[in-house]
Amino acid sequence: MKMIGMEGAHAVAEAVKLADTEVIAAYPITPQTHIVERLAEMVANGELDAEYIPVESEHSAMSACLGSSATGVRTFTATAGPGLELMHEVVYIASSMRLPIVMAVTNRALSAPLSVWGDHSDAMAVRDCSWIQMFAENGQQAFDLTLCAFRIGEDPNVLFPVMVHMDGFHVSHVVEPLFLLEKKQVDKFLPPYHRPYSLDPGRPATLGAFAVPVIFSEVKKSQSEAFASTKPAILQAWKEFGDISGRYYQPVEQYKSEDAKVLLLMMGSFGETAMVAVDELRQRGEKVGLIRLRLWRPFPFEELRQAVGNAEILIVLDRCISFGGPPGPLCSEVKAALYSLEKRPKVVGFIGGLGGRDISVEQFREMVARGREAVARGGEEETQMIGVR
Amino acid sequence: MENFAIYVPRLLPQKDFFIPGHRACIGCGEALALRLVTKTLGRDVIISNATGCMEIVSSPYPTTSWRVPWIHTLFENAAAVASGIERALKILERKGKATAKPKVVAMGGDGATSDIGIQALSGAWERGHDFLYVCFDNEAYMNTGIQRSSATPFGASTTTSPAGKLSIGQTTWKKNMAAIAVAHDIPYVATACPSYPFDLIDKVSKAASIHGPTYLHILSVCPTGWRHPTDLTIRMGRLAVETGVFPLYEVENGKYKLSMDFPKLRPVRDYLKLQGRFRHLPEEEIDRIQEGVKREYEKLKKKLEA
Amino acid sequence: MSAKRKETDLTWRDIDIGAVITDAGNAIEYKTGDWRSERPVLNKERCIKCGICYIYCPEGCIRQNNEGYFAADPYYCKGCGICARECWTQAIKMVPEEE
Repeated sequence: MKMIGMEGAHAVAEAVKLADTEVIAAYPITPQTHIVERLAEMVANGELDAEYIPVESEHSAMSACLGSSATGVRTFTATAGPGLELMHEVVYIASSMRLPIVMAVTNRALSAPLSVWGDHSDAMAVRDCSWIQMFAENGQQAFDLTLCAFRIGEDPNVLFPVMVHMDGFHVSHVVEPLFLLEKKQVDKFLPPYHRPYSLDPGRPATLGAFAVPVIFSEVKKSQSEAFASTKPAILQAWKEFGDISGRYYQPVEQYKSEDAKVLLLMMGSFGETAMVAVDELRQRGEKVGLIRLRLWRPFPFEELRQAVGNAEILIVLDRCISFGGPPGPLCSEVKAALYSLEKRPKVVGFIGGLGGRDISVEQFREMVARGREAVARGGEEETQMIGVR
Repeated sequence: MENFAIYVPRLLPQKDFFIPGHRACIGCGEALALRLVTKTLGRDVIISNATGCMEIVSSPYPTTSWRVPWIHTLFENAAAVASGIERALKILERKGKATAKPKVVAMGGDGATSDIGIQALSGAWERGHDFLYVCFDNEAYMNTGIQRSSATPFGASTTTSPAGKLSIGQTTWKKNMAAIAVAHDIPYVATACPSYPFDLIDKVSKAASIHGPTYLHILSVCPTGWRHPTDLTIRMGRLAVETGVFPLYEVENGKYKLSMDFPKLRPVRDYLKLQGRFRHLPEEEIDRIQEGVKREYEKLKKKLEA
Repeated sequence: MSAKRKETDLTWRDIDIGAVITDAGNAIEYKTGDWRSERPVLNKERCIKCGICYIYCPEGCIRQNNEGYFAADPYYCKGCGICARECWTQAIKMVPEEE
């Protein structure tokens, strides 16, 4: 395949097209709008045979997806920031009703103040919603992971909806060189969508009954067990994708981390800047490495514990602030995951990049230095904000 | 015996798709309406139901009163879910994968329709989806214990618009959902009441057979919330129609047609005095209601000529 | 999911995917008949078999028997009295359940 220059948002639209998506619910919100606009063009030109529903809000977007997926057709929508929050209650329903909707989220800050720019506050607000969640760092990954999302979600051993997160503007609007796939490659990778029951007069079923206290917990446990056992299917799908495309994805992506004494950990597009910082620090002789979480839910406990190896210091960068609690959601989860280890690195948290703020290579070097200082001082460390005046 | 012209069993579809065993209140007018609607719709439907009385009484896990495909998700999105189902069916048909051609029917109570769900419904109407929306109007949020909605009539006492020393109950006039439906230029809008069962059945058939968005607003008498004896449910519906409080009419492509007219409307007093929710009303408020009903009825009659 | 088993008998393994109920209409196993405090009694001499009671019953539990008369199924009748009230020939009377 030829390399092509394309916006991350348009790459996502290409993936949706190659997957022969059948119903698209579309509501515009910066910065995902280019996704739904490109899809509208594709449908209008006959490039994609899909039903395009221009709904009147994100709540209705996800609701229409519920109806469509329950009827047994491949369904997609996209949103960002406040849009994800508006559909918050619906998002839980998609997963508890086991509807494999795929949604691209161009991560955007939550208001107030209003910000159209990228951070992870929208993703962190839906941690518990029982969707499979993955983070893409660049346009290529946005394309790849969207295709994988259909494959994973619709897998008969999964049947959960999938969110593909990508930083708003930094991924959605940046034109990057990337490789698409050919239709026949995608057809080999992505079988048609079948579900065990659907809305069908031939086999009438009741979806969405209410549960009294005496049975509710059993329903949730059933969901929890099913969700926890989706990991093998995710890994299998990624392996198959790698075999077809040459690009293999891991729940935890490691960069120069095997012998690292200091590790950086983050999700999203900052990972690429951090790589440059790691290279520079390595050149100076510092044993620094980088871990990026590709799979956010289900959380990759085993892979993370393995990846931290013998590092002494683990510096976690959060792109979201949680007020009044342990300040960095990612940092809290990482600390919790490592808690059971006999030997574990000291974790230092940083919060930065809120509302679309950039973080530079120098600032990553500063984080490493400050992380070292913090650990040398000993004792409990408050999470610090980076790059704030 | 054979001379009697009315043999109800022959005029009604036999099968029931909303079956006994549901937990509706004793004498529930809404359950009756739903029973008649589902009988008429038949087997080839997909129902998107909003949260409310009928949803709750029919689906306590692991039991269900439904014999047709049925989905409930949230309170305010029955029309949005129906939109998704309708488009999914459309593409299944286009791709040759469809095994049936069911009618998509969305259902909701008055709260789900005229309050929290009005956005989704307006959106679905504007987009022109081929679906029937049935509003079961019992004039309050009955399932959660009789709270007022925008469909609660003037002067009714509910728990959030209670009659008291400083209050006569609901102080606003009932929101005219049928008029809002007509304003969306949809092909068919009708009001109905199970006290006039054959009229209701005809309207359900018609609304279901018309392609495009159709709307049926059904008065669902509620003995529990309106506070009257359980055996008066049918009579209450009749009185609502005979007094002009709930006129029965159809609007087909913007043209109004009264389903039944009366040479003289009964005084609303006959309707109000039988219900506990109006018991507190002083004379001047009853007069005000009478004027309001008369005014609205005349407005409706004017639309017939247009 | 059979309604005959009590809810407390069900474990998490018994829950179908997405808590879907595939046994359409299994609520029929829930007998609402014990809700009532009054029950309808039919006077066959007055009954004209018009079926208006059948049409107005909110439960849908009135059925025509072999002789053509309409009778409420005692397992489901909640005793609302609508059939007695609406019967054109007043052939139905509500009597207290104890009788």
